Amino acid sequence: MNPYLPYPARIDDIVVETEDGNLKTFRLVLENEEERSRWNHVPGQFAMLSIAGKGEIPIGIASSPTEKGHLLFTVNRAGVVTTALHKMNVGDPIGVRGPLGNGFPVDTELRGKNIVIIAGGFAFTTLRATLIYMLENRKDYGKITVVYGARTPGMLLYKDELKAWQERDDLDVHITVDREAPGWTGLVGFVPTIAGQVKPSPENGAALICGPPIMIKFTMPPLEEVGWTDDQVYLSLENRMKCGLGVCGHCNVGPVYVCKDGPVFTRAQVQKLPVEF
Amino acid sequence: MSTMNQKITEELRQKARQLLESGQVAAFLGYTSGSVPMVMRPFVARNPEDADRLEWNSFCVLNLANYLPALLKSFEPPRRPNEPPPEGPLPKVGVVATGCWSRNMVVQVQENQVQRERLVIVGVSSRGMVDKKKVLRIIENRDVNSVDEQDNTLVVKGPGFEEEINRWDVVRDNCKTCIHPDPVIFDDMIGELHGDRQIPDRFRQVEEVEALSPEDRWKWFTSEIESCIRCYACRNACPLCYCPTCFVDDSRPQWVGKSIEPVDTAIFHILRAYHCAGRCTDCGSCESACPMGIRMRILTKKLQKDVLELYGAEAGMSIQEPLPLTTYKKDDPQDFILTESLKGEKK
Amino acid sequence: MLPKADFQSWLKELSGQFDIFGPKENGKGSVDWQRLEGGELPDLAPGVPKGSIKTFFFPQPETLLEFSARPKQEDAFRLKEPKETDNPRLLVGVRPCDARSVVLNSMPYEQDPYFQRRRQSVVLVGFACSQGCSTCFCTWTGGSPVGTEGLDLMVFVLEEGLYVESVTEKGERLLEGASTQRQPNDSELQAVQKIRQSAPSGLPEAMEPAPRLKEKDLMALYNAPFWQELSDSCINCGTCTFLCPTCYCFDIQDETLKGKGRRIRYWDSCMFPLFTLHASGHNPRGEKVKRVRNRFMHKLKYFPERFGPLSCVGCGRCVRDCPVNIDIRQVMKELLAI
Repeated sequence: MNPYLPYPARIDDIVVETEDGNLKTFRLVLENEEERSRWNHVPGQFAMLSIAGKGEIPIGIASSPTEKGHLLFTVNRAGVVTTALHKMNVGDPIGVRGPLGNGFPVDTELRGKNIVIIAGGFAFTTLRATLIYMLENRKDYGKITVVYGARTPGMLLYKDELKAWQERDDLDVHITVDREAPGWTGLVGFVPTIAGQVKPSPENGAALICGPPIMIKFTMPPLEEVGWTDDQVYLSLENRMKCGLGVCGHCNVGPVYVCKDGPVFTRAQVQKLPVEF
Repeated sequence: MSTMNQKITEELRQKARQLLESGQVAAFLGYTSGSVPMVMRPFVARNPEDADRLEWNSFCVLNLANYLPALLKSFEPPRRPNEPPPEGPLPKVGVVATGCWSRNMVVQVQENQVQRERLVIVGVSSRGMVDKKKVLRIIENRDVNSVDEQDNTLVVKGPGFEEEINRWDVVRDNCKTCIHPDPVIFDDMIGELHGDRQIPDRFRQVEEVEALSPEDRWKWFTSEIESCIRCYACRNACPLCYCPTCFVDDSRPQWVGKSIEPVDTAIFHILRAYHCAGRCTDCGSCESACPMGIRMRILTKKLQKDVLELYGAEAGMSIQEPLPLTTYKKDDPQDFILTESLKGEKK
Repeated sequence: MLPKADFQSWLKELSGQFDIFGPKENGKGSVDWQRLEGGELPDLAPGVPKGSIKTFFFPQPETLLEFSARPKQEDAFRLKEPKETDNPRLLVGVRPCDARSVVLNSMPYEQDPYFQRRRQSVVLVGFACSQGCSTCFCTWTGGSPVGTEGLDLMVFVLEEGLYVESVTEKGERLLEGASTQRQPNDSELQAVQKIRQSAPSGLPEAMEPAPRLKEKDLMALYNAPFWQELSDSCINCGTCTFLCPTCYCFDIQDETLKGKGRRIRYWDSCMFPLFTLHASGHNPRGEKVKRVRNRFMHKLKYFPERFGPLSCVGCGRCVRDCPVNIDIRQVMKELLAI
């Protein structure tokens, strides 16, 4: 079994998520039936998308393991490989290596807990996977609260699904944008501010926070104020990766490899690491 | 212990201590001894007490100008890449400099990497630095425990042997052909200026390669770089290589492959030599830093010879002189643009 | 026990089965790994050759996958495993420290099929060190000048000839092919014992760096004040990382030329500023001191925490060839003092 060899896949569908066109969601279907049926991932894990001739990129899996038959990846256009990916069309070949990383502990520590999902910008991808998984297994979890914000309404991801979630009564959803925008009737304010307003209770709680480091930095104080502790908070770190297997050495933060021991860590674990991510 | 080196060391320590104590400089850049013989460690003295660790001998081979831009920047308040430097006088840095190092500082000033007012240069005229690889070749690569430098000899000791070597036999190639041992700019001087040297065949190493046929020249070049491991010690030791992203590291577009494929390695060495044309002072840091013994200096020396012949210019001799390859003069030779048939009728 | 000439003819015979490599003068003033033909003996001055043997297990460039880059082909841009092309190899003249480095490297490379395949097929014939050099310090890292970890055969060079011992079954089988070998006599055995005993026995257990460093608090080591001075002289080249037998970081790139493409892996160095650069432009280890600190912390603290031993075999190449004389032994001492 060669962990460097990607599974062949094809692009099945492309959806442009944001108004500036920089974020697209790709629906991929693995070509080999055996690999397709064998695939099983945990929300929070990522996969390496492989474009022959350009390279590989680690992208969080945006679809839940309960969404069978295909995989969703929401990709931001940033460098060589992502630019090439954005120029591809439905039907083009692509490789997938994975699932990699550790994922959120949805079947272990998070069971039975009251879940608070806080996300900013396009870090919401793996949390979509997590949320859908939890909704499919609704009785395994307590109260679920979602706080998700973006710079403008056009930069929000999964807009149709967000609307559907807001209408559910087994889910408490707060969507916000950074500033007032024409046509926007929802909340206005940075994610940390809204999280502070929502004041989710830490009792039997677990918070899953994904976003730019600065958002996480400002989200912690309002949570700490209502009593959240560092081992209740789960973060997903990002770092430059190449192999995704914990070998090539690029993604290490102190003694841990973000691709192998992470990308999900509790805040307690992160506090013990040097700030090199 | 060489008495000449000892005198220079003592004076250097005194001057550095004084500059640090008076607060005139925030740090003094020099050398200190390390843990193995024949290699000196570039050292930044940040307190007057540190000045006593400065040392001077014939193994100070790396060009200290290499460290200046980053060192000067480290004393500025942090700012984003596009922000201009803050107003007002910024902390200065003292540095010891021989001929080629000072000429590189001139080039750095001309290229806006360093401001002259922020440097306090203590000049020393160079007697030529010793090439550790030449010493090892003479003692047949045996293990060396200590090297005692006298004024004109080196006493090399190892398990079961002791050998006295004539210093001039092991002086670096670039130092042997150096005609400007004196620093060209300085604020203070240790010892005397010795004046320019006369060396009639200083381009002999280059001429030997030039005399080869193109096939033999290519053979010489490829065998010279065959052992390259792409560690970039040559590039990183060179004070001219300060590009934020070197051309070998670019990915959009990717100009050069990164592994040790012979084609990629050849491109790296050839292009790096060209980027140094008109700016290189033949300080020899590249060759001294190379762990594999590659003599890439011969390429840059060739370009030095070409620039001298075409434009009559030598790098870094004076801050006021224009840089040869970024200045246009009407009478610049244009043989390589005009073809033979058009030579008589310049358009 | 084999007289020199017989050892050479044994090697010559093996060269029909293997590509044989050993340390040899490379014409540039240093001894490095080269092909040995027709039973040549390796050049064995005390100490280690210029490069390490990691290039035989982890070559650069190494083709991981291949693909066709012609869009009209049916399997265009599909990544495939390359076909095996290397002959089996035999390395003669491997010092115990280099052999031990293979064992250490296989810990992170456990799942790596390319490395493991070479590990199975490469034969290591080691030469014990009867004399160290001023930059050797294998005993600090848990090794020994007569250690056999990672070797298939161990050779002691005596005046009368070469005393060859098999360490693994693979080595035993090869040794059986040396038809003129004989049993060593008592004086030869004594000579071997002498070499074994004269080797420094290593530090007493209480002094061993690996367990002591494992115990120390990570952030205390991380925030130690000596890192700044250490990194002042570093020029951030890749000399230490590329010559080091236990530095194993790599980068992966895709290259295409004339319709054929390959995904290659090549040595990368954490000393280079680009090592941790994100596509967004953010660079967690953009400052030199962070990179220098990270390299030593990885070798002396993070690796032992994960796998046990230090990620260093004490071969001394970095000390010997660093252009600015940064010395890992001094770093070890500084860390142990915290």
